[in-house]
Amino acid sequence: MSDSMVNIFGLYKSYYRDSLEIPVLRNISLKIPEGEFLALMGPSGSGKTTLLNLLAGIDQPTSGTLSVAGEEISQLNENELAKWRSRHIGFIFQFYNLMPVLTAFENVELPLLLTKLTKKERKEHVETALSIVGLAERMKHYPRQLSGGQEQRVAIARAIVTDPSLILADEPTGDLDKHSAEEIMILLTRLNQEFKKTIVMVTHDPRAAEKAKIVRHLDKGELD
Amino acid sequence: MIPISYIIRNIKKHKITSILTILGVTLVVFVFAGVLMLSNGLRATLVATGYDDNAVIIRKASQTEVQSIIPYDQAQLIVASPEIAPAKDNRPLYTNEIYVLINLPSRTDSTEANLVVRGITPKSFELRPNVKLIAGRLPQEAGSEIITGESASERFVGCGLGERVRFGAREWTVVGIFDAAGTGFDSEIWGDITQMSDAFRRPVYSSITFRMADTSQFTGMKDRLENDRRLTIEVFREKEYYANQSRTITTFINITGTVISIVFSLGAIVGAMITMYSAVANRTKEIGILRALGFKRLSILLVFFLESIFISLTGGMLGVLIAYFLRFIRISTTNWDTFSEIAFNFEISSQIAILAILFAVIMGIAGGFLPAVRASRLKIVDSLRSA
Repeated sequence: MSDSMVNIFGLYKSYYRDSLEIPVLRNISLKIPEGEFLALMGPSGSGKTTLLNLLAGIDQPTSGTLSVAGEEISQLNENELAKWRSRHIGFIFQFYNLMPVLTAFENVELPLLLTKLTKKERKEHVETALSIVGLAERMKHYPRQLSGGQEQRVAIARAIVTDPSLILADEPTGDLDKHSAEEIMILLTRLNQEFKKTIVMVTHDPRAAEKAKIVRHLDKGELD
Repeated sequence: MIPISYIIRNIKKHKITSILTILGVTLVVFVFAGVLMLSNGLRATLVATGYDDNAVIIRKASQTEVQSIIPYDQAQLIVASPEIAPAKDNRPLYTNEIYVLINLPSRTDSTEANLVVRGITPKSFELRPNVKLIAGRLPQEAGSEIITGESASERFVGCGLGERVRFGAREWTVVGIFDAAGTGFDSEIWGDITQMSDAFRRPVYSSITFRMADTSQFTGMKDRLENDRRLTIEVFREKEYYANQSRTITTFINITGTVISIVFSLGAIVGAMITMYSAVANRTKEIGILRALGFKRLSILLVFFLESIFISLTGGMLGVLIAYFLRFIRISTTNWDTFSEIAFNFEISSQIAILAILFAVIMGIAGGFLPAVRASRLKIVDSLRSA
């Protein structure tokens, strides 16, 4: 058990539209060992992002157990979840989602503001993270001054700067050209292999998926 | 904590909305500070009219010199008080004066306004060292001669040096101008007491003012004089006496001004609220990301709350800064306690500045509260999904 980063059992998630129950995930059970690189594929509306949100603790399951990084997160309250997320989860989004008014450095520093690190320590961490993604020279640039691929690399630096247990990526190459997408995938593979990061990536892109160690398919809320 | 630079740069990013909201607050704070400066200026002018060690005596329950009558026999008893300090000539330093309101047309629009004619004695100047003759000479005891305060000379027809003015069934010549250092005396006409009581047919005094030899004796002296059965008078410290005269009008200005400011502020609050709601709407996704990174609801609430307060604080400081320049405007109004015209300047104080900025901050809090709460209540999943 202890070597599982993610341990899901009998997980259900449904939404209510008015009084109509719309099931999104049905009876999902999934174990992801530490150091895994898992790609989650499936058509639109199959529940991929919902599953990712549940893993990140930003959505709550309807029923079932959900243990991530050794914590039964369906039992945590809002503030405990926020704290837990800041320690264990690194999030990479399809549209990068950087703060437009902050520089690359400041964007990467954001999650560190939730830690007890001193300003100097934060600076070291940010510089390390930015040099891993190869953007040490762009620290003072604002997102609008960066290309899509560079923005996504800053977002990856933001996701890894706290040294999280689990990196969750939602279509990380979805908005990028072929070349940039490849760079991002090389980076994610490196994070997995060199830095032993556990990664769960939702993707439509078969080329991205083949970089993962395992590919699982979701269809109509059920895992293959 | 989300860094302050995030807040400030977001304000700067939406320049036009931020500036308009700031200007809304600026306007309200300007009005608010202006009103307070108005009543403060009026008060300061009147309070400065009085001297710490002077005492004023008027008829009991008359409140001001206008309604006051002190018969000569009572005056003789009063000026025999041992508490009165000696003058330069070693005689007691007091003056008994008469105080009459007259109407004169104003130089600017020839509407008539009330002003004070004061019948003075030679000691009147010694009792009020701030009052100085700046042009011409003092009036002679015989003859229809007057001197006028600097503001009265500027504002009323016939009150300039060498001019002639008619009141009390006589024509008077202005032989001098005095400067009373911005006090209430600046708006008065002074002439010899004998001439004035003749002209106005008033064989009584309106008030007696004297210098106390020892101000700590004031209470004892007040008790003694007011309890003297032969006298129907009241004794005031001169400063307190003039401060009381400003009470009705300053209270009125403060109340109306505050009410107007509050009504105006509702507009500014709604403006701030709209700005902040649109800020929340524009940044819904950012809120979701911050929450996903692990920032708590409280941090989000604080971001928008501080943003609103920052905007209103800027507006507030700007409003006070602009209001500061009102100091250079001199205005006049009728003092309702004395029914006479008084000229004064807007006067700022640190208390007014703090109060006005506090008012701005309150507007920011009121305008930012609901939008901030809304921002903090958004569900992460929903806000991430928004475009």
